[in-house]
Amino acid sequence: MRYSAVSLIRNAFTGHRRWPRVWREPEPKPAYDVVIIGGGGHGLATAHYLARNHGVTNVAVLEKSYLGNGNVGRNTTIVRSNYLCPDNIAFNEHSLKLWEGLSGDLNYNVMLSQRGVLVTFHTPAQRDAAIRRGNSMRLNGVDAVLLGREEVRKLVPIIDFSPSARFPILGGLLQPRGGSVRHDAVAWGYARSADARGVDIIQNCEVTGIKTGKGRVRAVETNRGSIRAKKVAIIVAGHSTLVAGMAGLRLPIESHVLQSFVTEPVKPVLDTVVSFGAAHFAVVQSDKGGLVFNGSLDGYNSYAQRGNMEALEDVAAAAASFMPCFSRLRLLRHWGGINDMTMDGSPIITKTPVKGLYFNGGWCYGGFKGTPASGWTMAHLIANDAPHELASGFTLSRFETGLVINENGAGPCPGRH
Amino acid sequence: MRIACPWCGPRPLSEFTYGGDAAKTRPKAPEAAGLETWMDYVYLRKNPAGRHREYWHHGSGCRCWLIVTRDTVTHEIEHVALAAPQMREGKK
Repeated sequence: MRYSAVSLIRNAFTGHRRWPRVWREPEPKPAYDVVIIGGGGHGLATAHYLARNHGVTNVAVLEKSYLGNGNVGRNTTIVRSNYLCPDNIAFNEHSLKLWEGLSGDLNYNVMLSQRGVLVTFHTPAQRDAAIRRGNSMRLNGVDAVLLGREEVRKLVPIIDFSPSARFPILGGLLQPRGGSVRHDAVAWGYARSADARGVDIIQNCEVTGIKTGKGRVRAVETNRGSIRAKKVAIIVAGHSTLVAGMAGLRLPIESHVLQSFVTEPVKPVLDTVVSFGAAHFAVVQSDKGGLVFNGSLDGYNSYAQRGNMEALEDVAAAAASFMPCFSRLRLLRHWGGINDMTMDGSPIITKTPVKGLYFNGGWCYGGFKGTPASGWTMAHLIANDAPHELASGFTLSRFETGLVINENGAGPCPGRH
Repeated sequence: MRIACPWCGPRPLSEFTYGGDAAKTRPKAPEAAGLETWMDYVYLRKNPAGRHREYWHHGSGCRCWLIVTRDTVTHEIEHVALAAPQMREGKK
């Protein structure tokens, strides 16, 4: 069923009680052309673009839990393409362009709000870095605007501009087309669209093994039986190492927890996504009014999908220092997601030594914004058995050749990217 | 999370810095080691969900490097030892 004004009016007459289910709940078939392990944003997007761009519809998406329980439902909903390295800029800019047309493409309102993404700077060195980044973005056709102190004050008056501010604001780098997207709607919209094109989305189906033979992938073992597949794609974010290990692959990845927080809802106070340049802190106000905060990684290996008090203290301190008016807000919820941190901070979208087995992961803490382009390029890789040009740098072999894509030069320390 | 430092006793996490997987050992003959060995040492990690031996530096305390055995799912700490004696004996 297509969503439209007409369907809305028609369903109003029946008290909105007769809307059809958004996707089917099929039993797994014994075999598929493509099995996607992981029903997160990237897995569902891959299924959507496999069907839409390549006509591949004999596809199953296997999700060990329910849709939206993983990182697609745990992120802070920010989309942007303000990167420095050419591979990352081109990829994320393609992603942002797909976000711009996504509601129409999916016939599902993902509530994209291009309210601008601002990163503040506080020292002359940081200003130089922001200018360099802005120039790199503009050279690659991405919008970037350098703002001075007064322009930042006009845009976000609630930042602490007082003489006693711990980190005085010198200015900021703004990407006007950046913004936020309703994250749950992304999972649901991609799922609905893939399902309508014939993809089977199977929830509560955990993969326990990957069967290979003669150098080819043959089947996946699950808690709901064995499923044969010509091609298998691993798109499982935080658990990448464990699932890839089932096929004997070793990865340059560590899993780390990143925490987010949401406050009680308040009236509109912040109409821009703002990232604090002096500490790792970003904030966006949701449509319900809650202020969504995030900070930095906890910094040590973890598979714990939950929050803890150390990160809370850091983030609360940064929030109160940057925007003192938030200091008396109460936090409602606090959660953690598992980030598959690569050794250079950039993702991996690649074939593997096992024929027919593909890997998509290592999204670090930047997976949400990359969802559409990840699905787009991964679908291309699976359908053509050859990398998409936008993702051709995101190989596993870059760690052997030295062609790493290290956005902030942190070296092979996954917790520091 | 609190780490029971052998010198200083149980101390809060904020006093420590993470040093990564303690299972990795630098190639014994660095000149002779091939690309694959170096690739393995620098980049590849087991990244287990469960028991993990890892380095921590007690920077705001005794400034010793520790080897902590910790569960990466529950964050439960099983064992803490000074890293130096083990390093001297040439163990991992």
